[in-house]
Amino acid sequence: MSRWARIARWPFWAMLRKEFIQMRRDRANLAMMIGIPAIQLSLFGYAIQTEVRHLPMVVLDESNTPESRSLVQAMVNTGNFDWSGSVRDRTELAAAIGRGDARAGIVIPPEFQRELKRGRTASAQVLIDAADPLASSAAISGAGLAGAERFRALAAERGVTGAIDLRVRPLYNPALRSAVYIVPGIIGVLLSMTMVVIASIAIVRERERGTLEQLVVTPIGKTSLMLGKIVPFLLVGYIQISVILLLGRLLFHVPVRGSVALLYTVALPFIVASLAIGLFLSTLVKTQAQAMQLGFLFLLPNILLSGFMFPREAMPPLAQWIGAALPLTYFLRVLRDILLRGTGLESFWREMVALVGFSIVLIGLSVQRFHKTVE
Amino acid sequence: MSETPDEAIVTKGLRKSFGPLVAVENLDLTVQRGEVFGLLGPNGSGKTTTIRILTGLLEPSGGTALVAGIDVVHSPELVRRRIGYMSQRFGLYDDLTVRENLTFYAGLYGLVGPQRNERIAAQLSEYKLESRAKQLAGTLSGGWKQRLALACATTHEPDLVFLDEPTAGVDPLSRRRFWELIGQRAAQGMTVLVTTHYMDEAERCHRLAFLSRGHLIGLGTPAEITARFGLGSVEDVFIELQRRDEAAA
Repeated sequence: MSRWARIARWPFWAMLRKEFIQMRRDRANLAMMIGIPAIQLSLFGYAIQTEVRHLPMVVLDESNTPESRSLVQAMVNTGNFDWSGSVRDRTELAAAIGRGDARAGIVIPPEFQRELKRGRTASAQVLIDAADPLASSAAISGAGLAGAERFRALAAERGVTGAIDLRVRPLYNPALRSAVYIVPGIIGVLLSMTMVVIASIAIVRERERGTLEQLVVTPIGKTSLMLGKIVPFLLVGYIQISVILLLGRLLFHVPVRGSVALLYTVALPFIVASLAIGLFLSTLVKTQAQAMQLGFLFLLPNILLSGFMFPREAMPPLAQWIGAALPLTYFLRVLRDILLRGTGLESFWREMVALVGFSIVLIGLSVQRFHKTVE
Repeated sequence: MSETPDEAIVTKGLRKSFGPLVAVENLDLTVQRGEVFGLLGPNGSGKTTTIRILTGLLEPSGGTALVAGIDVVHSPELVRRRIGYMSQRFGLYDDLTVRENLTFYAGLYGLVGPQRNERIAAQLSEYKLESRAKQLAGTLSGGWKQRLALACATTHEPDLVFLDEPTAGVDPLSRRRFWELIGQRAAQGMTVLVTTHYMDEAERCHRLAFLSRGHLIGLGTPAEITARFGLGSVEDVFIELQRRDEAAA
C-alpha cells in the first residue's frame, strides 16, 4: 500500500467528515457559534462607545476669536464632545465637572489667536473627568485629534505657521488606559471562551448520547478522534475572528495596522490550544452542563489575569504566574502588536513560540487524559 | 494478521470488581467460531460487564481474555479491528442519515473508495435499508434502528460481534427479523455473543451461559440445559437457577 493510500484510510477523515455533516445540520448551533461573538462584541463595544462618545463639555473661551471658536467646533465635530455650555472662569469649570454636569472642559487662553498669528505654538487646555478610564482615554485621543485637525485646517486656509498644543489634564484618575487597547482583547477573550466551551461540549455530548461508547470500540485512535473533533472548529474560530475584526472595524474603528495574514497565522496555535483545553476539560466532567460551568470558570482568570482588563505589570507575583500559564496572555500581546502597533513577528516571536508550545503540550495532555474505556 | 483460531473467545478466571462490588467472578468461558452464544442472567448479573471487558471498554481486575486469539487487555486495538459491537443504548448518530452512519463506521475501519461503497451497498441491501438510506437515523423506529446498528457493526466484516440486549423494546416481528439476520451472519461464519431477556431468543442460540451475581451457574445448548434440569423450557431453567442462586446467597 502506498503512503497516500494509507493516509486515506485514516479514521481521522471519517471523523472529520462526520463532524462537518453534523455541524452543517445543526444550524442553530452554527448560528450561535458565529452570532454570539458578534452580539458580545457589539455589547462590549457599545458599552465602551456610549460612554466615550458625546461627553458633555463646558467651554471657557477667554480668547473669543474665530480661531478659538473653530477649535471648539473641531472638538465637537470629532463626536467625542458635546457643547454643554460656557463658563466664566476656571472655578465654574471645575465645579461643572465636579457636579458631573460636564465630563470635560476646555480652556482657551486670551493669547490663543495672537500666538497663532505670530506663527508660534498656541496652547489650550482640556480637562477631563478621568474617573472612567475608558471614557477619558477616548476623550484624550479625541482632543488630540481635534487639535491636529484644527491645526491642519488653519494652516491650509490661512497659511498660518503656528502650531496648537492641546494640554490634556486627566482629573481624578491619572492612570489612563486606552479603549482601543481593550477591543483587540475582546477577540482573544471571546475566542478562548467559545473554543473551550464548544470543544468540551462536543466530546461530552457524544458521551451523554451514548455514541462515544460505540465509537471507542472501533479501531479509531485517540489522536484521530480528538483531531477529527477539533479541526472543524478551527474553521469556526477563523470565522469568529473575521466577524469580530470586521465588526470591530465597522462599528468601533479598531485599526488593523499590521498584517492580517500574520494575525491569522498566529491565531492557529492559539485556537488549537483553546480547543485542546476544552478537550481536556471534557475528560473531567460527565454532563454538558458541567462542561459549561467549568468552561466559564476557566474564563474568569483569563479575563482578570491575562492583561485583558488590568495591566499584568501591576499584579502580585502569584497572579502574574497564573497569567503566564494562560495562552490568552500571549495571544493578547500579539493581537495588540499586530492591530495597534502594526509590528511583525520580530516583536512577538517569543509569544508565538509560547503559543505553539501550549498547543502541542495541551493536545498531548488531553489525548493522554482521554481513555477509550467507559470507567 | 493471525489466523482466526477455532475459539473465538476464551476467558480464564475473568474477574471485575468496582470497589467492593464484584461484577464478574472467576469466569471461564469458551465460545467457538461461528457460534451464536447467548449470555443470560437477571439485571446486574454481569452480562454487560463481561461484554465490556471483551470489547476493551473495561479493564478486568484479574484473569485473561482472548478474543479472536488476541489478548484483549494487552492489545485492545488489535481486537477492535476484528470485532463489531452494539451497545445496549442506540449508539449511532441521530442527526446523520442511515447511509452517513454506515459511511462513517466503514471509514473508521479504514474502508475507503469503491471498496467502501461496495460494502455499504451490500449492507443496505442485506439489511433492507435501501429505501431508508437518506432518512435521518433519529427518525427511524426502534426495530429499524437496531437493524441499522447491526449493519454498522458488521460493515467491516468482523470475525465476531457483541450484541448487548439488541432487541430490548422492539416489537416481536422486528425481533424475529433481527434474529433471522443474526442467523444469516452466523451461517457465514461470524461468531455472535448476545445478551437477552427474551427466552424465545435464547432458544435460538447454539449455546447459553447463565450468569447470576457475576457467577457462571449454567452452560450448554438449550436442549441440554432443559434436559439436565428436567424442566420444560429455558425460561423455567432460568427462573429455577436464579431462585437457587438467591437461596444460596
